[in-house]
Formats: sequence, structure tokens, C-alpha cells
Amino acid sequence: MTSYIIKRLLSTIPVLIGISLLLFIMLRMLPGDPAQVLAGQMASPADIELIRTQLGLDKPIYVQYASFLTRLVRFDLGRSARTQNPVIEEVWARLPNTALLAVAAITLACLFGIPAGVISAVRPYTWIDYTFTLAALFGISMPVFWLGLMLVVLFSVTLKVLPAGGTGSWQNVILPSVTLASFVVAFIARMTRATMLEVLSQDYTTTARSKGLKERVVIIKHALKNALIPIITVVGLQFGLLLGGAVLTETVFAWPGLGRLIVDSILARDYPVIQGAILIFGLLYIMVNLTVDVIYAFVDPRIRYD
Amino acid sequence: MTERTPKPVPGKDQAKGLDSPFRRGWAKLRRNKAALVGGCMILIYVACALLAPVLFSGNPSAPNLGKSLEPPSRAELLGTDELGRSILGRVIYGSRISLLIAVGVVAFGLIVGVPLGLISGYYRGKIDFGLQRVTDMLLSFPGFLLALALVAILGVGLENTVISIGISMVPIYIRLVRGCVLSVREEVYVEAARASGTRDAVILLRHILPNVMVPITVQTSLGMGTAILFAAGLGFLGIGVQPPTPEWGAMLGSARVYIFNAPHASTFPGMAIFLAVLSFNLLGDGLRDALDPRFKL
Amino acid sequence: MNESQAPLLSVRGLHTRFHTLDGIVNAVDGVDFDIHRGETVGLVGESGCGKTVTALSILQLLRCPPAEIQGRILFRGQNLLELDGEEIRKIRGQAISMIFQEPMTSLNPVLTIGDQISEGSRVHEGMTRQKAWRWAVEMLRRVQIPEPGARVREYPHKLSGGMRQRAMIAMALSCNPQLILADEPTTALDVTIQAQIMDLMLRLKEEVETAVVLITHDLGIIAEMASRVVVMYAGKVMEEAPVKKLFKDPRHPYTRGLLGSIPVIGRKAQTGRRLQEIPGVVPSLLRMPQGCRFHPRCPEAINICREQEPPMVNLGEHLRVNCWLEVETPEKETPAPG
Repeated sequence: MTSYIIKRLLSTIPVLIGISLLLFIMLRMLPGDPAQVLAGQMASPADIELIRTQLGLDKPIYVQYASFLTRLVRFDLGRSARTQNPVIEEVWARLPNTALLAVAAITLACLFGIPAGVISAVRPYTWIDYTFTLAALFGISMPVFWLGLMLVVLFSVTLKVLPAGGTGSWQNVILPSVTLASFVVAFIARMTRATMLEVLSQDYTTTARSKGLKERVVIIKHALKNALIPIITVVGLQFGLLLGGAVLTETVFAWPGLGRLIVDSILARDYPVIQGAILIFGLLYIMVNLTVDVIYAFVDPRIRYD
Repeated sequence: MTERTPKPVPGKDQAKGLDSPFRRGWAKLRRNKAALVGGCMILIYVACALLAPVLFSGNPSAPNLGKSLEPPSRAELLGTDELGRSILGRVIYGSRISLLIAVGVVAFGLIVGVPLGLISGYYRGKIDFGLQRVTDMLLSFPGFLLALALVAILGVGLENTVISIGISMVPIYIRLVRGCVLSVREEVYVEAARASGTRDAVILLRHILPNVMVPITVQTSLGMGTAILFAAGLGFLGIGVQPPTPEWGAMLGSARVYIFNAPHASTFPGMAIFLAVLSFNLLGDGLRDALDPRFKL
Repeated sequence: MNESQAPLLSVRGLHTRFHTLDGIVNAVDGVDFDIHRGETVGLVGESGCGKTVTALSILQLLRCPPAEIQGRILFRGQNLLELDGEEIRKIRGQAISMIFQEPMTSLNPVLTIGDQISEGSRVHEGMTRQKAWRWAVEMLRRVQIPEPGARVREYPHKLSGGMRQRAMIAMALSCNPQLILADEPTTALDVTIQAQIMDLMLRLKEEVETAVVLITHDLGIIAEMASRVVVMYAGKVMEEAPVKKLFKDPRHPYTRGLLGSIPVIGRKAQTGRRLQEIPGVVPSLLRMPQGCRFHPRCPEAINICREQEPPMVNLGEHLRVNCWLEVETPEKETPAPG
């Protein structure tokens, strides 16, 4: 197992380097002077010159990349062109909010999605399977921002039981998490159904039944345990996606998270923040993937005891 | 003691002697009611797009501030938006925009992704390795975020929306095609063709491409739905198609602030998006079930 | 064997059909046979002749639909096909157990060997966890797996093919069943391992008094292990005979063909006969030939074979043939076998 983990760790390094390179190039592809872009539209010529020397933008390109990397390692992502705060601070302030939403959404999604998928797989092509499948299809087709708006219309405007946005109390978390969970729960349900169907058709399921075990034991102990291995992987990936993909939900509910930061920065042309936020998100996503891989190696005995 | 499985209709397909996967798949598809519903809805959307001037007279983007934010009535079936424009008219014309985007994105993905996937999978070697690393990198981001980042570089507007979403779709096609090519190229008939001296281009076109068509077809349908969804998302955020062009997502975005007094303006454009994406997903799922040989009962 | 006692298992008129998109497949088309306590009966035939489906039908391990099982399967006097889910579960693993063909895929990869073996004991005999675990170790010792105490905690992927099959045998024996359905227990193994497993099974046969239905296409195993043989072809029984008699004097042309197609070194020199193959292939179960199923490949087919299905001709105790050539006059009627 250790060799597996080490291999996975090593393979993330080129991806990290690639992302940093990509972002580095992106900045230089923008029209105009990079120093001006980084300083922002409000900056004075003196500020621009300051940025130029600070970031060494007059030096050759490889020197620039080298200093870019060294600054990255020190978590120095520059300063926001809007607020002049260090980018890392802006990101750090908002990350816990996004994480909270992501955790809530994933939990909801697993709680409803996995059982739904199992039931669908155990009773395929019955009315209950069709209902769940259709619901899942609705879930992945629904525009997240529209669902959010509709929920607001229902619960905030008409019924007036839940707030329409902002943070503060636990009630604020409900609507955004449910909205965010809608896509994920559908996805997880579909995946669970497909995986369970495959597992249930395996030889070892027939063996289990031939031993006279109760059907419930066959489904949970023999089948689900196998199916959960790829499902856990998918759940982990979805969690990673939610960290940055909550952009639309956060906008609808005015939730101060990482996604909204990215969007606001794009609208305001605040390039240091765009760059920094995307980079942090990329890093987080890779780390989540790595964790998922480690969990996978731990849970599958074929890899654990190699 | 027993579990339920569906009752297939015995003998029908055999009697007609269908062998090609597409003909067999078509027969299966026709039995899939959900997929048919999806297909019909898509046709309705296409009809709306083509017949828009017939269905709605006048300029859908012309403001009429006197009638701002009126709820649905007999005169205006879906009500009016914040600039007094008919939501019905804008939804109908919006189908043009959305379908255009869907086709554009998928075409971009196909034109760039399929050849790259074919080359990568068939020739292997350094090209494959390099391309795979780039694809890995691109796929390591959630699709929407990637499109978002590209819009940040390229700027807003219809063309940039299509290009950004298209670029985020390319790696999916590359992966798909490459995977298919990798399995097909090991088949004996490909070996035989090479042994008899057939040129590579001919092998690719005649032997490998037909096999790749099946997953491409499925992905195209699903991809169109995704494209509409992404474009609407960008529009909602204000960084996609720009006003006054009637794009459903952008309509939702501008209607959002009036949600407390005019919820209708947020309801109908969103429903248009939802039903469009749903139909492409229904069709795509149906195609997958019909054409994927593993799903034979 | 106490032949005068009622048989342990009595299959009568078993029909198992599958409803598929391409039509109805009659995998088992009217099969009868008996198994008595303690005896080993071989169920022989080519791939696709319905032997595995017969076994699965006995334990009702087929999905219904698309499968449909009809007939009578009397076990200890009870018709298994009339039992409900709870009752058939009590039979499975305890009174009748099954050994499967592919040890690689028939064991659950995420559960330990010990867990999988002790499950049966815990469910059917109410053993506690510790007791069942100790019993599992004992079973592994019985099937001659070295270091059973250590092995019992391992996962299937750590074991070799032969050891996995031994584990499967241990699993099948753990609740002292009265009947074991062994579906091609050695087919998926290397030849040397096959010999070891057969040795093991012979030894176990002497220790316990379980009846065995040995399903295989390998006549060598039959010769070593079975006391009686039932030959199947395309879903029907073609011949049944005590093992020595079958090998010495096969009555059905198909059986003769099977025996003739065993390569024997030196046979050509001794008997002047070359390796005899049976020409043609097993017919698709969707398009069964008219008349006798075997007639297109039969070197001795006569006119009536092409038109009508032959009756089962009873030639003695546990001795019957399904062939027109055995019928003296075409109208000969036959009673049920056994």
C-alpha cells in the first residue's frame, strides 16, 4: 500500500507544476502590461512601477517564473487589486464558509443518494426504480441557480420560513446546502445504482445466496461493501468539485465563499485574486483527490494488503 | 427467493434480423419512452428557434418601461421583465441562442477533440504522453470553473462563451475517443489491416472511427445539455452572453434582484433551461442504453 | 447404497426456460434423475447442455424472470419449487450446498476467508462468532490448507487458485450438508492442482456421507469419482448408467462420441482407431433441430430420428437411453426411470 500512496503523491507534483505554469502563462496572455493588470485599474503610475520592481516583471521570463514559484511556496500570492489585502488573507477568510456548505451538501447527498441507489438496484425496473431514476435525472438537469431561486421563492417569499441569503444562523445554511446537494445526490444515486447492479451480478453474490444467507445480508454485507469502494471515490471527487463549483449557489444566496470571491474578482478584473483563488482551489482539489486515493487504498483489501 | 427483472419482448428483434448496432439500437431506443419524450422536446425547441419570428412578432429586446414587471396575464402569457419586455418572446428567441451555443460548443469539442483523441490513442508515444498530461490538468478542474477561468482571460460575450465552454469540453472528447481507440486497435481486424499494408489514415477512418461513433453520439447529446447549462450559468453571473441578447441564464441573472416582488420573471427562463437540459439528458441516457452492447438483457 | 430407500433428491420433469429478447431459451427441457444418500452421481455434457442451469434450478439461484422453472424437485420428500423464500434459504448452505466453478470470482474479495466460511455456521447452526471462527479453522485444516489459523484471516486475493477452491469446498462442507452440487470444481484449475483437488474430494467422500452431484465435462474425473453417470445434451438427458457400464458399453451415440474423443496415447496402435471427433457443434438453444436433438451430428441417425423425438428407453435399474436405436418397435412406451 505504501508504494501505491507514494506513486499517487508523486503524480500530483507534475499536475501542480502544470497548474502553476498555466496560471503564469494566463496572466501574460492578457492584453496590456502585466504590471498594470496586477496593480488594477485604480492604481497610479507610481504604484504600477512599484509592482513592476516588486515582482521583477522587467526581468527575463524564466527568472520571473522562478520568483513566481518561490513566492508560491511562501504562500505569497500578491495583493488584491481591489482591497489591497494580501490575496491569501482574502481566500483564507472565505474558505471555511465554502467548506461548511460543501460538507453539508455532501452529507445530505450521501444520506439520500446511497440508499436510493441501493433500493433502485435491488428492485430494478419497478415503479420505485423509475421514480428514483427520473428524480435523479431531474437533479442533474436542474440549473443549480434556478433551483436556488425557486427555493427562495417558495420558502422565503411565499412561506417566509427561511432567509433568502447571507450567513448567521443555522437556518441560513439550509437552502444553500439543499440547492448544492441537488446535483450531487442525483449523481451519487445514479452511480450507486450502476455499481450495485454490477456487483449484484457478480459470482460471489450467487455464492452468498447459495449459502442460505438472508437477502438483506447479501445486499448489505456482500454487495454494498464491494460497491462502496468506487462510490467513496466518487463522493470524494464530488466534494472536491463542490469546493470550487459552489460558485453559482454562493452567488444566489450571497454566501461569502471561495466561489463568490472568484466571480467577483473576475467581474472586477482583480487578477491577483483570480490567480490566487484558482490556484488555492486547484491545490485543495488535488489534496482532496489524494486523500480519496489513500482512503480507497485503505478500504480495498486487495490494495491494502499487497 | 426471486428478484424482479424486466419482461423483454421476445422475438421482435430477431424476427427483423437486425445486426448493425445502430439499427438494433434504434429499435431499442424507440421502446424507451423517456428518451422519446426527450427527443420530442428537443424538436419543440428547435421549432421554436427556427420559427421564432412566426411565433412572436416584434423585437424581443425592445424595452417598454411602462409595462415593467407585469405578472402573467392573458396579454402576456409569461409576464414581462424589468424592462417591460415579453418574457415569452425572450424565451422563444432565447432558444435560438441556447441551441446555437449547444451546437457551437459540441462542434468545437468534436472538431478539436476527436482528431486529437484518434492520434493520441493510435500512435501512442510522446504525443500521447504529452497530450495526456495536458488533458489530466484540464480535467482536474470542474468543468464550469474551467470555463469561468477561460472567460476571465478571453472576455465576455457570445463567441467567447462558446469558445470557453468548448475548450472545457475538448478534454472530455479526447479522453473518450482515446479510450475507445485504445481498445479497438488491439482487435484482430486492425492488426490484419496493418499487416496487409493499409495506410494509417484509411485504418483510422474505416475501422476505428465507426467504433468510436457510439460513445461520441452519447456524449454529444449529453454535451449539448451541459453546454446550455454552463452557458446559462455564465449568463447568470453576468459574464456570458451580454444584454440585450435574450439568453435564458442572463435573464435569470437580471430578474434575480426583483425576486421578492416579481418571482415570475425568475421562474420561466429557468424552466426553459431545465427542460432543455433534461431533454438532452433523457435522449443521451436513452442512446447510451440503446447503443451500449453491455446493456443487453 | 441403500437403493431401496427413497432417493434423497428426485428431479422430475424439470423445465427451465429463459425469456430473452431473442426468444425463449429452453436451457433444461424435461430432465429427470434421482440421487440417493451418500452416492456420487456425475452429470456430464458439453458446455451449454444445461447441467449448470439444472444445479442452479435446484437451489433456485436463478432470477425469475427472466428464468422460469417448472417441474418437481423432491428433496427429502418436499417439493423445493413449492417452498417460499424463507424455507429455501434454510435448505441452502445447510442441507444442500454448492461449489462453484470459478474460485477467483466466486469468493467475495472484501471479506476474509474465515468470515465467509463461518457465515454459514452462524446462520444455520447458531454458533457464536468465536465458535464459528474455530470451526472455520477446523474446516480449512480438513481441506488440507497449510497454516489454517493464519489463512483464515486472509482475503481471497492472497490465496492461489487451488487454495481458493479448497476454501470453497470447506465452505460447502461447513454445515454438514446432505447433498453437494459441485459445478465443474476443477475445470478452472491447473492440471496438477486438479489432481490434488480430486484427491481431496475422494478422501472427503470417505469421511463424510454427503451425496454429490458432480457436474463436469471431464470424463476422467467421472471415472475416478462417480458411481453413476447421467449424460446430458442440449437440455435433455441422453443416457444414464452405472459408471463402469457407461465406459464399457455406452449405448447412446453421443456418449460413444464423447468417449471416443478422449485422446489416449497408444490407442491407434492398439485398436487402429484414430481420435474420433463429433462433427458439428452444439445447436443454438434458440433453434433446436426437429426430432432427436443430436441427429444432425449423429453417425447412426435413421429416418425417424429426424422427425420425432425419441422416448426414454428403460434398460434396467438406473440404466436408460434416449435413442431410437434402442427402441425395438417405434411405439414402445417407457415407464419413469429409477
